[in-house]
Amino acid sequence: MNSGMGLAMIRNLVQRLIAPIDPPLMLIAGLLLLLAVGVMGSASPERLNAQLINVAAALVVMRILAQLPPQRLMHMAVPVYLVGVLLLIAVALFGDVSKGARRWLNLGFMRAQPSELMKIAVPLLLAWFFQKREAMPRLRDYAIAVVLLLLPIALIARQPDLGTAILVLAAGFYVIFFAGLSWKIMIGMAVSALAAAPLAWNLLHDYQRSRIITLFDPEKDPLGKGFHIIQSTIAIGSGGIFGKGWRAGTQAQLEFIPERHTDFVFAVFSEEFGLFGNLLLLTLYALLIGRGLMIAANAATLFSRLLAGAVTMIFFTYAFVNMGMVSGILPVVGVPLPLISYGGTALVTLFVGIGILMSIHGHRMLVQK
Amino acid sequence: MEFKNPQEELERFRSRLAVAGGFVLFCFALLFVRFVWLQIIQHDYYQTRAEDNRISLVPIVPNRGLILDRNGVVLARNYSAYTLEITPSRTSDPEQIIDGLAGIIDIQLKDRKRFRKLLEESRNFESLPIRTRLTDEEVAKFIAHRYRFPGVEIKARLFRQYPGGAFASHLLGYIGRVNDSDLEKIEARDEEANYRGTEHFGKTGLEQHYEFELHGNTGFEQVEVDAGGRAVRTLARTAPVAGNNLTLTVDAELQRIAEQAFGDRKGALVAIEPATGGILALVAVPNYDPNLFVDGIDTQNWKELNESPDKPMVNRALNGAYPPGSTFKPFMALGALTVGKRRPEQLISDPGFFNFGGHHFRDDKKGGHGMVDMYKSIVASCDTYYYMLANDMGIDNISGFMGKLGLGQRTGIDIDGESEGVLPSQEWKRKRFKKPEQQKWYAGETISIGIGQGYNAYTPIQLAQATAIVANNGVLFRPHLVNFITDTRTGKRTPIEPQPARDLGLKLEHIEVIRNAMVGVNKEGTGARAFAGAGYVSAGKTGTAQVYSLKGADYKAGAVKKELRDHALFIAFAPADKPTIALAVLVENGGFGAQAAAPIARQVLDYYLLGKRPNAPAPADEAAIEEDEE
Repeated sequence: MNSGMGLAMIRNLVQRLIAPIDPPLMLIAGLLLLLAVGVMGSASPERLNAQLINVAAALVVMRILAQLPPQRLMHMAVPVYLVGVLLLIAVALFGDVSKGARRWLNLGFMRAQPSELMKIAVPLLLAWFFQKREAMPRLRDYAIAVVLLLLPIALIARQPDLGTAILVLAAGFYVIFFAGLSWKIMIGMAVSALAAAPLAWNLLHDYQRSRIITLFDPEKDPLGKGFHIIQSTIAIGSGGIFGKGWRAGTQAQLEFIPERHTDFVFAVFSEEFGLFGNLLLLTLYALLIGRGLMIAANAATLFSRLLAGAVTMIFFTYAFVNMGMVSGILPVVGVPLPLISYGGTALVTLFVGIGILMSIHGHRMLVQK
Repeated sequence: MEFKNPQEELERFRSRLAVAGGFVLFCFALLFVRFVWLQIIQHDYYQTRAEDNRISLVPIVPNRGLILDRNGVVLARNYSAYTLEITPSRTSDPEQIIDGLAGIIDIQLKDRKRFRKLLEESRNFESLPIRTRLTDEEVAKFIAHRYRFPGVEIKARLFRQYPGGAFASHLLGYIGRVNDSDLEKIEARDEEANYRGTEHFGKTGLEQHYEFELHGNTGFEQVEVDAGGRAVRTLARTAPVAGNNLTLTVDAELQRIAEQAFGDRKGALVAIEPATGGILALVAVPNYDPNLFVDGIDTQNWKELNESPDKPMVNRALNGAYPPGSTFKPFMALGALTVGKRRPEQLISDPGFFNFGGHHFRDDKKGGHGMVDMYKSIVASCDTYYYMLANDMGIDNISGFMGKLGLGQRTGIDIDGESEGVLPSQEWKRKRFKKPEQQKWYAGETISIGIGQGYNAYTPIQLAQATAIVANNGVLFRPHLVNFITDTRTGKRTPIEPQPARDLGLKLEHIEVIRNAMVGVNKEGTGARAFAGAGYVSAGKTGTAQVYSLKGADYKAGAVKKELRDHALFIAFAPADKPTIALAVLVENGGFGAQAAAPIARQVLDYYLLGKRPNAPAPADEAAIEEDEE
């Protein structure tokens, strides 16, 4: 009896533990993590353990957020945003320089990258903002939203960190888009953005410009800036339909692929698993995004809807920008492959997103009651 | 204030979600199209590029063939040593790198100079040596500091070495770094693949002529390399095949004795084995040290060699053309017998001059030699006899016969760039001059041709060859330095030209007359002092070539500056009845043939026939009589 009671208690505990977790989302994320473990075992086996620890930490964070009611998230929106902006200012003033960019803040006990926080903080704040303006938002409200969005982006782009700036910009834009900004204005903004492109060109750093230049003609500089793209496209192309097999990719194993455990991990995956592997990966991402959009569609409040939609589209942005750059159709900006690339920071951010989606899904009825 | 309509708002939101979803699918489809393009349509191309990345063909340079003398003495060999090399295309400032290297490894000014010279001449992307022959300690020191020097590496290389130093340099030649004109030769022979990785090429002498025999076949190693260019493992290997060895007809000891016999005088000596055409010694002095050229010569040495008034870089044996002087007389006599213009016993009267059109061609013996037959004309070197003979034969007969002896033509020796010299003839003069009045041959010009002056100019090897033809009863062999080529893998020997090139069809009794007279020269004539007590019977002829013509005045050697003094010549063969060696000696500004050239010939013949080694360079015989000079 005692043992049965114990078993029941454990079962009870486990049930409470997994209750907030959305099974479809977890299944898809789990499959992606499985691929991540496989690729890491080929691209950089010595980092596998460290990444498993990152995964565990990220899952814990996800679980915590999954239980948090969306209202609590809403309350946190403004403080998180303000702390994030203050940290970005602190980085600009006291940050550590690494590889020519000032991105890190040394907190004494750890180094933090506050720009990462903004990927969640910005959509959180904007969703909160539009929730507060629940009445039909006016044009002025959109303008305020744009200012709230551009402030951290300016700070991030200055570091410079083009990849994160694009991701934060995209995250904020998705909120504004889902909030219902009229097509006319969006088209107008797109046109004026194109017109402002030459101006923006002047503001870019040399290395950012050369990245854009080498995108269009990587062969021009085969040993310098074009090397990354050339080698990754060779890796992908030589992978063929079925791939060269796990740990059998010559481009990967002989170190022709640069950054092969982080931003260019997709080249390793694609070389070893071929077109079928790519199709599997695209399908998993599409399912993840589809599930996210479904959660958004059924969310209880405007805040939840906007946040869920934006967070979902962040996954898409990560995946598309990364695979696009590694396969040579987008410029090289430092964006990791979501859930696959090595590194704890991005992984935690992404699981915060998944946790938020689970929370919104879990609380869809409660609020409506 | 507008009031919200939750249902309408939700509908709009959901339509936006649908738009976003559509956008996601569109973008993913775009990616998929890109993947299909790369992985199916362009797959072969990228597959090839991945293989090219992965596999590197590393050439393995073969050992260059050795050069050995007829007895197996090594004249050119290879040794392995470490060099420190800089790839200029991988460094921003080579000078700065060299300054840094100088802090850990001894780099001298001459190393820097040589490097700069190589840098100017270099092709792109090749690595250039800054230091050669590193010690083990220097190698260890550099490896400890190599991280500081990108584009600098240590390489183990085979180096060419000429153990004799400046010995026999004009026949051996040297190798140097491959340049553009060498590349053209390589391409012309379709040998580019075989020369991948080869950095040296024969530049002169045998090294140049037999370059493609000596080089060997380059081996290849298929190596899997990583992105840093480091070899991961060897996939396949084709071993190199060492170049063929050259075994010469040259006798190194004879060559050494001949070179030493010159002392510090300039000149040339060619000794030929008459029965084969094999060259026993080919001397051109001064020499230079071919080892200086192997790693690229430094500017100072290059300047010294090129600007020296002694011209050590000129191969006098093949490229110096000199009037033969009286050494021409035996050939004239042989020609006269052959064309029937003289009989041996036919006498002429020598009053001390020959009158042609009112001009007196003087004999150098005042009052003349009296009654002179062919024997005496050679033994006493009578000029008047040959003035008359030249006049009787005419230029066409002379040039026709001398041409058959190979004078004024390249001998075809196995060294490139041999000079032709000048065989005067009507045709030659027509080609040589532009103005019509200069193009015409004047009968008066034939007279001094008879005593080896005038337009005559032959290389020492041509004189040696002509002497060898006489010694070999009119049968000519192409002079050659290489006896046989040995395939180092199979040991198979390929002999060079063992067959006679041509038989001139001379009458033996005519040759006998000349042979007798030349024996007389060394017994009782102008060569007698030099060959006194020789212990073998030799045939010879002295000669003196005018460098400077003194109009009417008597020539006094001491009164003329050294570089204007006459060149001394001597031709000889021995033993007279069955010659095993024929030679020609030339001493630049040596004075009379009997004085400077004959004693050198004596030392060479003494060693070759008797094994006698001299203990000093051949002394100039200042007391030698001036007998055959104009």
